[in-house]
Amino acid sequence: MMMNPSLKNLCKVIPGTIIDGKWHHNRYTIIKELGYGANGIVYLARHDNKQVALKMSDNGMSITSEVNVLKSFAKVQGSALGPSLLDVDDWERPGKKVSFYVMEFIKGPDFLTFLQQKGPDWTGVMILQLLADLQQMHDNGWVFGDLKPDNLIVTGPPARIRCIDVGGTTMQGRSIKEFTEFFDRGYWGLGSRKADPGYDLFAVGMIMVNSAYPKRFTKSTGGIEEIMSKVRKSPELKIYEKVIFNSLTGKYQSAAQMREEILEIHQPDSRARKRTARIQQGAASQPSAKTVGSQPPGAAGRQTRKGYNKKKKKSTFVETVTIILIISLLYFFYIYSQIT
Amino acid sequence: MKTGTIRQILLITDGCSNQGEDPIAMAALAKEQGITVNVIGVMEQDVIDDQGMKEIEGIALSGGGVSQIVYSQQLSQTVQMVTRKAMTQTLQGVVNKELQQILGGGRTVEDLPPDQRGEVMEVVDELGETVELEVLILVDTSASMKHKLPTVKEALLDLSLSLNARSGDNRFSVFVFPGKRNDVEKLLDWTPKLESLTSIFSKLTTGGITPTGPAIREALTYFNKKRSLRSLLSRDDESFFEESV
Repeated sequence: MMMNPSLKNLCKVIPGTIIDGKWHHNRYTIIKELGYGANGIVYLARHDNKQVALKMSDNGMSITSEVNVLKSFAKVQGSALGPSLLDVDDWERPGKKVSFYVMEFIKGPDFLTFLQQKGPDWTGVMILQLLADLQQMHDNGWVFGDLKPDNLIVTGPPARIRCIDVGGTTMQGRSIKEFTEFFDRGYWGLGSRKADPGYDLFAVGMIMVNSAYPKRFTKSTGGIEEIMSKVRKSPELKIYEKVIFNSLTGKYQSAAQMREEILEIHQPDSRARKRTARIQQGAASQPSAKTVGSQPPGAAGRQTRKGYNKKKKKSTFVETVTIILIISLLYFFYIYSQIT
Repeated sequence: MKTGTIRQILLITDGCSNQGEDPIAMAALAKEQGITVNVIGVMEQDVIDDQGMKEIEGIALSGGGVSQIVYSQQLSQTVQMVTRKAMTQTLQGVVNKELQQILGGGRTVEDLPPDQRGEVMEVVDELGETVELEVLILVDTSASMKHKLPTVKEALLDLSLSLNARSGDNRFSVFVFPGKRNDVEKLLDWTPKLESLTSIFSKLTTGGITPTGPAIREALTYFNKKRSLRSLLSRDDESFFEESV
């Protein structure tokens, strides 16, 4: 996402700055900048000798929006995907007001750095953890939206994957507000931007692709074949080829289903493996027939609607022509009778 | 609460206007009619000069909209972000006005405690998802834009993909300036889908002057024309209902 340069300047503060909350009167000391997202800057701060993460933005509404998401996460028992919310407040700087919220500080390397340190053996494990969390989130009616390695942090040991930016989280059925092109179904022409579990699962598939191609790649023609050709070229993605294909083409109904298939890949039991292969074959043979056009599920509906409109247009056309014909015929008879 | 339709002009340009009315004044005129003007300045390697930058910011400021300068690679994401941001801004304005009447004393959402602010934001989010949106896209086709046009097309397709994921209705229309004969030429009439752009865009010729001001003025009349036509229709509807009752 683009960053508005003026926004970055407005809530830029130097280490050592003390932030006083207007409403709850908590005091935070800025330690350093952790990074910035589309809607603000995140700082590491100290409060009561504890380290916390503090996100600031001069756009109060985007802060409020994220706080709403974090609050709804807090209601979900045992959910560990997003950071927990500690405080929401305003800071009155001379001349202007800056909204901020405080959350738990999640410490660790980001997803790709972690994999580079530990090796590709960890890809499967981390994806399994992520999918379990996503399932819980989807069950509660949310879709993460802007899912990407930059937003994933691995804490530990024991290693545990966590999400740090919930700005893109969207209620199911609404439209995705924030996304990153590489992980976006719409960008690749493989589906709509409506928030459904499949949107997140597509991003998970692309995260796996990203783990083998850390520099990512840009779209030339779009479509599933372009991505799959990259997947086939990568030795570490080979075992996940079918899973990635299924996630990118929207074959999975739920995160749990995708998780199940990844688990089966890692199962040494040959029977399970055979079964996986069969399931995958069944799943794969279906889309391969229409790979060329690779219609996203939403497109089918759209097309039928278009077809309906066309039909409607056609019928009105026929109607018009008939009416004109009848009237001109009557007129002809009238003229004829006048002459005779 | 009924919000009606959000009307926006999205101006995609790469520099300064050099003919006709002052575009900043025309943007102010648009705002007076309840139409927001957003501007996206597209750069290649070249940088937009100071004057162009000022004009872009000025148009958005007086048009009550959002402006953003981007490299053409980032255009897709920016177009959808700017449109969305402007939409939220307008909705916040509407909600704020309602709130001011309730709270009194010129207080806005920002003056509420954070908890209550959250509830207001949920209303804004909900409205942003369901409100009707009309975007008139004005594309600068002066000579310097020539090699940026394919990217512009991609970005517009992407915009329709993003906005059509909302549950509210969208209508887009596309104008280019300068046109073949006039300052502005209509490329695409009001439509919910921008897909039909693909074939039209490749035939576009570029060149000539940059009449940004006249383009905005023309665009306004197009909104008005349409609105008066619709109001006529709805009046007919009403009388019909009266008769039937």
